[in-house]
Amino acid sequence: MNPPLAECVSVTRTFGPLVAVDHVDLQVSPGEVVGLLGANGAGKTTVIRMLLGLLRVSAGKVRLFGQPPSRLTRQRIGYVPQGLGLYDDLTVAQNLEFTRAVFGPAGSGPAGSGGAPAGLPAPLRPFADTAVGELPLGIARRVAFTQALAHHPDLLILDEPTSGVDPLARARLWETIQDTAEAGAGVIVTTHYMEEAEECTRLVVMAAGKVVAEGTSAGIVGERRTVVVDSADWAAALRLIEAAGLRATLTGTTLRVPTATAAAVQRALAAVPGDAAVPGNGAESVPARVHEEAATLEERFFELAAVPS
Amino acid sequence: MKAARAARAAGISRPSDGHPPRSAWGLSGVSVRYGHHLALDGATLRAVPGQITAVVGGDGAGKTTLLRCAAGALPPSDGQVSVPGIRQIGYLSPSGGIYPDLTVEENLSFRAAAFGLPPAQARARVAEHLDRTGLAAAHARLAGNLSGGMRKKLGVIAALLSGSALLPGPALLVLDEPTTGVDPVSRADLWWLIAQAAAGGAAVLFATTYLDEAQRAGQVLVLDAGRPLASGTAAEIVAAMPGVIRPLAARPTGQRPLAWRRAGQWRVWDPAGTPGASPALSPDLQDAVVVAALAREEARP
Repeated sequence: MNPPLAECVSVTRTFGPLVAVDHVDLQVSPGEVVGLLGANGAGKTTVIRMLLGLLRVSAGKVRLFGQPPSRLTRQRIGYVPQGLGLYDDLTVAQNLEFTRAVFGPAGSGPAGSGGAPAGLPAPLRPFADTAVGELPLGIARRVAFTQALAHHPDLLILDEPTSGVDPLARARLWETIQDTAEAGAGVIVTTHYMEEAEECTRLVVMAAGKVVAEGTSAGIVGERRTVVVDSADWAAALRLIEAAGLRATLTGTTLRVPTATAAAVQRALAAVPGDAAVPGNGAESVPARVHEEAATLEERFFELAAVPS
Repeated sequence: MKAARAARAAGISRPSDGHPPRSAWGLSGVSVRYGHHLALDGATLRAVPGQITAVVGGDGAGKTTLLRCAAGALPPSDGQVSVPGIRQIGYLSPSGGIYPDLTVEENLSFRAAAFGLPPAQARARVAEHLDRTGLAAAHARLAGNLSGGMRKKLGVIAALLSGSALLPGPALLVLDEPTTGVDPVSRADLWWLIAQAAAGGAAVLFATTYLDEAQRAGQVLVLDAGRPLASGTAAEIVAAMPGVIRPLAARPTGQRPLAWRRAGQWRVWDPAGTPGASPALSPDLQDAVVVAALAREEARP
């Protein structure tokens, strides 16, 4: 059986006293789109930097295509950083030419071997001679994708790949990502947005340097429920729920109270005026419909991010 | 020159300070030209007290131009803008409107002083906000040394420090991409601040590039190249979608301008909604907006 494209085995990375990555296991196989989720400081970027060979592990093992990270493994990786990694002063064509000179033609050939000028995708052709710094962000993102894919990488690493683009352009970028995975590459995506997380075949959630959950979006949410409150006076309902020490989020005019029970929310909303035992004493009770729904991935994510195991 | 500016400024109607009518603010048929570039083309938006409206679009869609108009900071080339008195507006610019060389506390007291708010009242008003969003412990830090998420939170808390001693809080809160580049934990804090403002009666407008975030607002306006692409509640936008969306087992062959991929699955828009074809999917906001963008692409010569 082939080794995974990328593998972390009990990988730990420390910076002085800080344990940035703590015994992380991670595998990416051909055809997979793996989403790496976590708050800032959870350790996502450190993991990516170790996979790219930019940082050494303090303990554990990183393997790319069955080998330790090196310049050779780096050549089989396509990477789009958040800042896109393009030269703003060079044109689109010059940027792509530069990448070809660095990576060589498709596959794992040695650096600097050059290659025939590859065709630009049709939507980018009108921009071939435009400096990247003058492009709209959506087009610049496509250039970065084209550049990262030009050498037909076996592993694609994307940092918030569709941030800043409109919904149709986002769908088109994801089409490219899915096509790349379908052709046999593995993809790792870091993201802060559940809309992007939903595109992944598998999610890995990190908190405080550790992997705290792994699986499909549905698997990670599991049986978690959220209490949903509909009230003509959502603002008053919000005040009562918060006064009871519960945390609610607002969606439209609906309040969602994750990790609470319907009974606790009902009690909060039935606060009796003048009852000194009730926090927010003096508030009127608020008529509301309360029911439970499946939790969202984002709600489950907060629970995981807040309590590192 | 002066007369021209005055005429342009006439596009903004503003009551005198101190008597804010708590009605709706907003834009009506507003266009903005920068030279030959039409940045905003006929945008209409109502900002209703206690309601949150999301303005969604990609980079260059016109979100910042629209929000600057809505905040009364940019006179429109055409159309009407209605805003409350300037002290009743809280506006967060994309760059955050925070002084990096001042501490968190100094930023907030400077803001309070500029709005003529008594220091004790200002301190009392921000105390819970700072505490709840994890900024209380950072009160003596330079704003320039804060993380991106903390800076955005400080920007929103500062924007909430408007109004007057008698009418605390903004009547209109305009936030330009408050959550861009912010991790989900800080984003939750920002959403808490937004909900607090709306619960306090502010009309809230905010810009985002993500539909999943926009969906949390009561009202959504989708912009594309300066023009409105869809608007209403998420349910209204979905209901207004022409035709139907059908799943496809595989990549369609030949021309496929009306097909796209979502979570790995191909789907195609059938504008005519031909009965008898394969069963339709029940669309959500994301599908409806993609369809609106496809329809606009189709209509282009």
